[in-house]
Amino acid sequence: MNSQRWRGLAAQAALAAGLLLLLWLLLDTTAANLHERGIRSGFGFLGEPAGFAIGESLLPFDSADSILWALLAGLANTLRVALPAIVISTLLGTLIGLGRLSPNLLLRGLCMAYVEALRNVPLLLQLLAWYFVVTDLLPAASAALQIVPHVFLSKSGLFMPWFGGDGGAWLDLPVRGEMTISGGAALTPEFLALLLGLSLYTAAYVAETVRAGIQAVPRAQSEAALALGLSRVQSFRLVLLPQALRSIIPPLNNQHLSLTKNASLAVAIGYPDLVSVANTTLNQTGRAAECIALIMAVYLILSLLTAWFSAWLERRTGRWAQPS
Amino acid sequence: MRLPDVAHWLRVAAALAVLLQPFAEVHAGKTLEQIRQKGQLVCGVSTGVIGFSAADSQGNWSGLDVDICRAIAAAVLGDAGKAKYVPLTSQQRFAALQSGSVDVLLNNATWTLTRDASLGLHFTTVTYYDGQGFLVPKKLKIASAKQLKNAEICVQSGTTTEKNLNDYFRMQGAKIKPVVFEKLETALKAFFSGRCQAYTTDASALAFIRSKEAPRPDDYVVLPEMISKEPLGPVVRRGDDEWFAIVKWVVFALIEAEERGVTQANLEQMKAGNDPAIQRLLGSAEDSGKALGLEREWAARALKAGGNYGEIFQRNVGADSPLKLPRGLNALWTKGGLIYAPPIR
Repeated sequence: MNSQRWRGLAAQAALAAGLLLLLWLLLDTTAANLHERGIRSGFGFLGEPAGFAIGESLLPFDSADSILWALLAGLANTLRVALPAIVISTLLGTLIGLGRLSPNLLLRGLCMAYVEALRNVPLLLQLLAWYFVVTDLLPAASAALQIVPHVFLSKSGLFMPWFGGDGGAWLDLPVRGEMTISGGAALTPEFLALLLGLSLYTAAYVAETVRAGIQAVPRAQSEAALALGLSRVQSFRLVLLPQALRSIIPPLNNQHLSLTKNASLAVAIGYPDLVSVANTTLNQTGRAAECIALIMAVYLILSLLTAWFSAWLERRTGRWAQPS
Repeated sequence: MRLPDVAHWLRVAAALAVLLQPFAEVHAGKTLEQIRQKGQLVCGVSTGVIGFSAADSQGNWSGLDVDICRAIAAAVLGDAGKAKYVPLTSQQRFAALQSGSVDVLLNNATWTLTRDASLGLHFTTVTYYDGQGFLVPKKLKIASAKQLKNAEICVQSGTTTEKNLNDYFRMQGAKIKPVVFEKLETALKAFFSGRCQAYTTDASALAFIRSKEAPRPDDYVVLPEMISKEPLGPVVRRGDDEWFAIVKWVVFALIEAEERGVTQANLEQMKAGNDPAIQRLLGSAEDSGKALGLEREWAARALKAGGNYGEIFQRNVGADSPLKLPRGLNALWTKGGLIYAPPIR
């Protein structure tokens, strides 16, 4: 190792140490100031009972459970909407992206209109629009539509039979009451609007990513594949797609990342995601700094996990593109 | 409430950032000094609760909380016009007070143990005794909150409401599904479109929501139950006892004035009268301001700004307002209510 390399390493180490020191100073000063002003700080409150209910939760949650469990239930709710939305937006986006490259003028035009319309309207407005369309159009719970026996659709959401139930029954059937529907599993209008809004919005970006990725492969490649005697489908699957994927996957993962973060707009339409639960916690406990730090940490971890997955996928597709 | 989300979090972040000033000093008597130096009293108010604090289309603030802020400004600076209003959401409000962005918080905040004891704040006194109630569509034929078993209830986040809701129905052995919205507009839109079987918030707000926000007020009814105690009042930072006393006693002076029959109109006349208690209050005999570090005329100036407690109530939330709320718990103690001020002497 030469001295220049050592100097470089030393400079980097000094910078890292400086940053850590700054971070420590920031935290220490905050803690000292909070203490001086008589503001309780720390994460001890996470163990206290939450004391509030969560409207819908994937994890079994009761108001007597701890605040930590409430936040985890919120996180589960975020993932419950983000993961299906990622799948739907990727599938739909890919189809629309391919549609934009179609030789059919009408299909190409429709796909372009979709992309431009969805991409250029703020997501928050789209979510509110979907939500109010859903809640305005559907009948009240007391007059719920029965689509097939024991499946109800109303302003309270989509109710369907689900496993388990009171009294050891293996199937829990929803029942229409005077005021509400009880039993079974429900997809609420908040969940449906959020899923729909996120999927459709992100699909527009995915479509552009897919289109750009395919167009990035030089035309000569497909011409050469056809000249070799491969069919159109074969040339797409064996020549175009493997090369296109290498440029599609990194930006595609960025889209999945933004989708997960965009899911926090759930607070606007009453879906109890992580931010919504953290908001309530913040208000009940007054621990603003801690709650915001927690939300930031969770989103950071989600993003790092996605980035890690993305890197793994890139390596994999890289290998895929090699001749074997 | 109408701010976009980004701006909302930025303001929370900005409020928190002030906590990071390494040499921020807090010592007794500083708030009054600073207010005098700036020549301005900064009140943290709501982002729009009709009757308590709301801005009109010209940006003029009015309401019960606003009038109390004006009274404090008049007592401290001699001019009610020197009050400045900073609208804060329920998420921002305590952080804004802690960090010193506002001098006093008049933001419909409920006085609770946790808030009083662990947030570096002091609740001064109560200016409005509220309670949480329910608004339901008439066609559901619900007569009591007890019938709301398994109901979906729309609620705006950021208050004590969610916890009360849970406590009440747990006690009944019933479960409810809260649908929690961040913004009032969305919560109301969802409720009036029929998404929920009930809407819940403080009773003072329900009356207004029914009469002004409902598409047809007659289709909705406020249930008789109050499921919680919501004492609302001004909040100050900890660590400044003098300022704490000033805010508290300005409110007491407004209450004392109502009890003694001193109004905005008869103020000068009363000053010249011969009731010793009134003379003490208005500073025409002893100097009651001295102990608070204020001028002799402090209470008279506060009263001149917007009248006594009864007048402020009447104008903003009572009979002369669109809310038309009865005095109820907020009547003077001599008239069967809870409004009571310790003696000014």
